[in-house]
Amino acid sequence: MAEATTVTEPAAAGATVTEPTGAFSPPTRFAVPGRIAVSDRAAALWQTATLTEIRRETPTVATFRFAVPGWAGHLPGQHLMLRLTAGDGYTAQRHYSLASPPDDTGHIELTLDHVEGGEVSGWFHTEARPGDEVAVRGPLSGFFAWPGDRPALLIGAGSGVVPLMSMIRHHRARGLDVPLRLLVSARGPEELVYAAEYGAETTAVFTRRAPEGVPVGRLSAALVAPLVAERPPGGWEAYVCGSNAFAEHASRLLVEAGQPVDRIRIERFG
Amino acid sequence: MNVTRGFTGRPRVLDPGLPPGQYDAGDDWPVLSAEVTPDLTPADWTFRIDGLVAEPRTWDWDEAHALPASVYEGDIHCVTGWSKFGVRFGGVSLDAFLDVVRPGASATHAVAYSHSGYTTNLPLADLTGGRAWIAWEYDGKPLPAEHGGPARLLVPHLYFWKSAKWIAGLRLLDHDEPGFWERNGYHARGNPWEEQRYSGD
Repeated sequence: MAEATTVTEPAAAGATVTEPTGAFSPPTRFAVPGRIAVSDRAAALWQTATLTEIRRETPTVATFRFAVPGWAGHLPGQHLMLRLTAGDGYTAQRHYSLASPPDDTGHIELTLDHVEGGEVSGWFHTEARPGDEVAVRGPLSGFFAWPGDRPALLIGAGSGVVPLMSMIRHHRARGLDVPLRLLVSARGPEELVYAAEYGAETTAVFTRRAPEGVPVGRLSAALVAPLVAERPPGGWEAYVCGSNAFAEHASRLLVEAGQPVDRIRIERFG
Repeated sequence: MNVTRGFTGRPRVLDPGLPPGQYDAGDDWPVLSAEVTPDLTPADWTFRIDGLVAEPRTWDWDEAHALPASVYEGDIHCVTGWSKFGVRFGGVSLDAFLDVVRPGASATHAVAYSHSGYTTNLPLADLTGGRAWIAWEYDGKPLPAEHGGPARLLVPHLYFWKSAKWIAGLRLLDHDEPGFWERNGYHARGNPWEEQRYSGD
């Protein structure tokens, strides 16, 4: 059973915003250039993260706050690799998106779904308590990172909203005026992660059960197309995160609405 | 070693096929492409090899299928941590393509590129000797688009980001030139048995 994770490449925090250039260019323009220059230093180092707080988000999702005194900082959208070690030396490691914004000095937060049979998420949801120590390595990823510069159109489902919430928190904490929108999909209101935190930037979609007066339905072109059409100066940078099925669906809606494929960044669970 | 209090982990399975830090994904086959799955039919698909070769060549779908069929049965390993055992891909050995274009003596590396524009770099030695394929079948059926269909590169002895989906071509070079993930911190070679995940590993 795969746990909800993210993929992509390591990066160092505080990296300057560049478009990496390469010598060989394929005949087709590269679909998704990286957003930040990367250094390998922070990515290579395993650090101890001490659990300081657990907050329940939904019946199956909780946020875990850690003190990591040597944390190099990160950009919204980046992730880390986390490792648990058993008494006999057996280890299990997973990639998890960072939920907290960059300015939370010396602390990071992860929001984890309790995956059925998940050995790492299972430990977090049944064993973990404040004071426990785990190992982390990161931040990783320059590809899904959002430095807060370009207008961002965010689409997430389930715990796929986690890296997108880091972007929203960053946008608020810094008082950025660059346009930011979020479409978030959940099965029902009780499964909507961070329900109390959303503001005017967010539209929630409920696929099974909806609150009074809100229709039940899948993310649709009727929701995506008008947002894409707003096209702020410089155009949207679209960030999609969720299961593969959701990512395929959402990215197809974006393309059909006219969003350029080289301005769509996708992270799929796996 | 810092033991995590209360963590026991999955039952230990002595599995010599599992590289360090990997777990068995079982029947799952996660999809992790970072870009939109391209709308590419077999009729649109072409595969080219150029660069340091005697005769650059482009194959279309039918021409590629006219080469001798070859099958890979074995395991695949993703840098995100999962491995998948006993997979079966059908296609053509890359050796069959390279025999036609005849790599020059100075060719040491290749950049593989996709119809999506994705790139990844490989030593030529990892692409020859029956260790790499152009694959269009999985489990006896056409390779699904989200897994790289109509055809992908398959280099199963390296982490799977090297097995470029929607393969469009190889350019042979006399030097190593990092591809997309490799420019962004991933390891230049990506050998799962040496756990070469990130640059510096």
